[in-house]
Amino acid sequence: MATEMKNLHYDTSYLENFSGRRGEPDWFLDLRKKGLELAQTLPLPKPEKTRIIGWNFTQFEHELPTRTVDAVADLPENVRSLIGQGEQSGNLLVLHNGSTAYATLSEDLKAKGVIFTDLATALRDHGDLVKKYYFSKAAKLDAHKLTALNAALVNSGLFLYVPKNVDIEVPLQAVFWLDHDNGGLINHVIIATEANSSVTYVENYLSTTNSGQAVANIITEVYVGENARVQFGGVEYLSSDVTTFINRRGYVGRDGNLQWALGQMNDGDLITETYSELAGDGSSVDTKAVSIGRGTQKQNFVNRIKHYGKNSTSNMLIHGVQREEAQAIFNGITKIEHGASKSDGEQTQRVLMLSSKARGDANPILLIDEDDVVAGHAASVGRIDPIQLYYLMSRGIPKNEAERLIIHGFLEPVVSQLPIEGVKEQLAAVIEGKVQ
Amino acid sequence: MSQPVLKIENLHVAIEGKEIVKGFDLEIHGGEIHAIMGPNGTGKSTLASALMGHPKYEITEGKVTFLGQDLLEMEVDERARAGMFLAMQYPSEIAGVTNSDFLRTAINARRGEGNEIPLMKFIKKLDEKMALLDMGEEFATRYLNEGFSGGEKKRNEILQLMMLEPKLAILDEIDSGLDIDALKVVAKGVNAMRSPEFSCLIITHYQRLLNYITPDKVHVMMQGRIVKSGGPELAERLEAEGYDGLKKELGIEEEEGTVEQEA
Ligand SMILES: Nc1ncnc2c1ncn2[C@@H]1O[C@H](COP(=O)(O)OP(=O)(O)O)[C@@H](O)[C@H]1O
Ligand SMILES: [Mg+2]
Repeated sequence: MATEMKNLHYDTSYLENFSGRRGEPDWFLDLRKKGLELAQTLPLPKPEKTRIIGWNFTQFEHELPTRTVDAVADLPENVRSLIGQGEQSGNLLVLHNGSTAYATLSEDLKAKGVIFTDLATALRDHGDLVKKYYFSKAAKLDAHKLTALNAALVNSGLFLYVPKNVDIEVPLQAVFWLDHDNGGLINHVIIATEANSSVTYVENYLSTTNSGQAVANIITEVYVGENARVQFGGVEYLSSDVTTFINRRGYVGRDGNLQWALGQMNDGDLITETYSELAGDGSSVDTKAVSIGRGTQKQNFVNRIKHYGKNSTSNMLIHGVQREEAQAIFNGITKIEHGASKSDGEQTQRVLMLSSKARGDANPILLIDEDDVVAGHAASVGRIDPIQLYYLMSRGIPKNEAERLIIHGFLEPVVSQLPIEGVKEQLAAVIEGKVQ
Repeated sequence: MSQPVLKIENLHVAIEGKEIVKGFDLEIHGGEIHAIMGPNGTGKSTLASALMGHPKYEITEGKVTFLGQDLLEMEVDERARAGMFLAMQYPSEIAGVTNSDFLRTAINARRGEGNEIPLMKFIKKLDEKMALLDMGEEFATRYLNEGFSGGEKKRNEILQLMMLEPKLAILDEIDSGLDIDALKVVAKGVNAMRSPEFSCLIITHYQRLLNYITPDKVHVMMQGRIVKSGGPELAERLEAEGYDGLKKELGIEEEEGTVEQEA
């Protein structure tokens, strides 16, 4: 009866207890059990050219202490500094070790039927709605061991629902803050938008652990309704002791538009995929992501776009900086399926190498099963252009400062896209810290 | 006469092992404007780049003194902070760095830590200089030279010149690719800088620019060295006769492999 997973000290009765204490619906517990079963049989994902054998995805503490605060002012400085000010505040969810520490949503948005809450609460209050989207069209539970593990042990999450015809002008912000040594952040985010709606969502991942043993397993599903628009900003700065799996997946309906702007500034080993499925005719996606690798960190970045709809458009811009002895693989995959006529898929991946010991690989892949399309790719791995450096220095700027300017400029396409000033400044500051 | 701002003695410069500048001498004093004219491919840009410290150019012989210091011992940024400025023939494009961030960084690099230019003062100065150069406000927030037309890049070089207020400006073909109105704007910028504390070395293929900026001295450069010096009348003569007349007079032969081409 007890399905003991190797290296994983959980069984179905543990799940029943855990789920029961959270008041989860039966269907959700069933998915946990299914996840646990599959997590023992399914293989790990196989990121191309990155060996993840031996990475710690399974050893962590699952039930973490959390605390709540009454006001933003009571949050620690490193969390507080991220939070939007003035017009950009007011719609905020801070999760501390997986549970809500602070939450606020404007009366106006509540009245319009917007739901913005942690997953546990959403399961209790809007179970049927969550069921419609959880591991639905965007993400598969049985893709591999880590997706199954996410289903089995999810202990953190967020549900954002935007009803039909609702345009949200102000950004909604979430902060996922992990500060428990050996903690496991098993997070599942759902953003569901109905037809003709629009929303801007910004999330931050922040960890202040230092044990060398923490784990983050993150799945995000974004549903863009017909003619809806989702701007998704994400900034991650998980510390070097966190082994991270992040899978963000967008499903875009007819004439829908999805924009990803991701600053992936983690310091630990990472495998990540950002996937967008252009399901509807006239749908579009814009993926922009930047990262900095340093130390001995190993990272694998996959950005994947699939065109099914006719007249669908995709753009991908990936910029990575590699320092010290960091290693990273960047795979950009644009696939245009048969029938997706008049579609256009463009991708650019650039890697800037700052050290001779760093390694970086950019692999552009275009897979096209339709004649009547436009597609293009560009990829490069290179060093700072000495002529650019000379130009800046010829104006009196010292060499290290000139390099800094060039690196900031290289990462600017994403920094400039982030809609919350605090997050933008924080990302600029993290970049600054990581390139010094 | 006072100590020269720039003194070049017997300068030899090679690129990729090939000697381009071959025994170049020149002295520029405070407040003077000199022009160097010469056919394409004669080594004018090589000279200018070598003075600024371009990494590809190798100085094989000679001595350069800038405001009493040994220029060739200085790093590129040190040369700039000492007061040298080169308006480049082909300025670089730097994506993601706004013109105004770049300019402020450059000004502050010169002023030093703790003495940064106050933001309002910087903005006022930038607005003023951009207005003088007929540059739209958007140039402050556009990325440095990215997607600028040839003429816009030239104007932006002059904007930098005016913001940085160097003691010596070398203008390498600042006039190439400019129509007459743009040329007048650029000349206006340079003339606005004229003072006993500002010297200028104008490198040009054509005499045109010198109608708007009157030089104190004109030098003709051929095959890597100065072959004739004179006053503004020398530029007019070249305009009338072309370089061939002078070559004949001086008995200069076409070198093997030197091809005349339009810039
Ligand atoms: N980067 C380079 N590599 C090789 N040869 C060069 C390079 N730059 C200039 N040269 C050569 O040096 C000579 C002088 O060029 P340049 O200084 O640009 O002349 P000018 O500015 O007078 O037109 C030319 O023959 C040119 O081909
Ligand atoms: Mg030239």
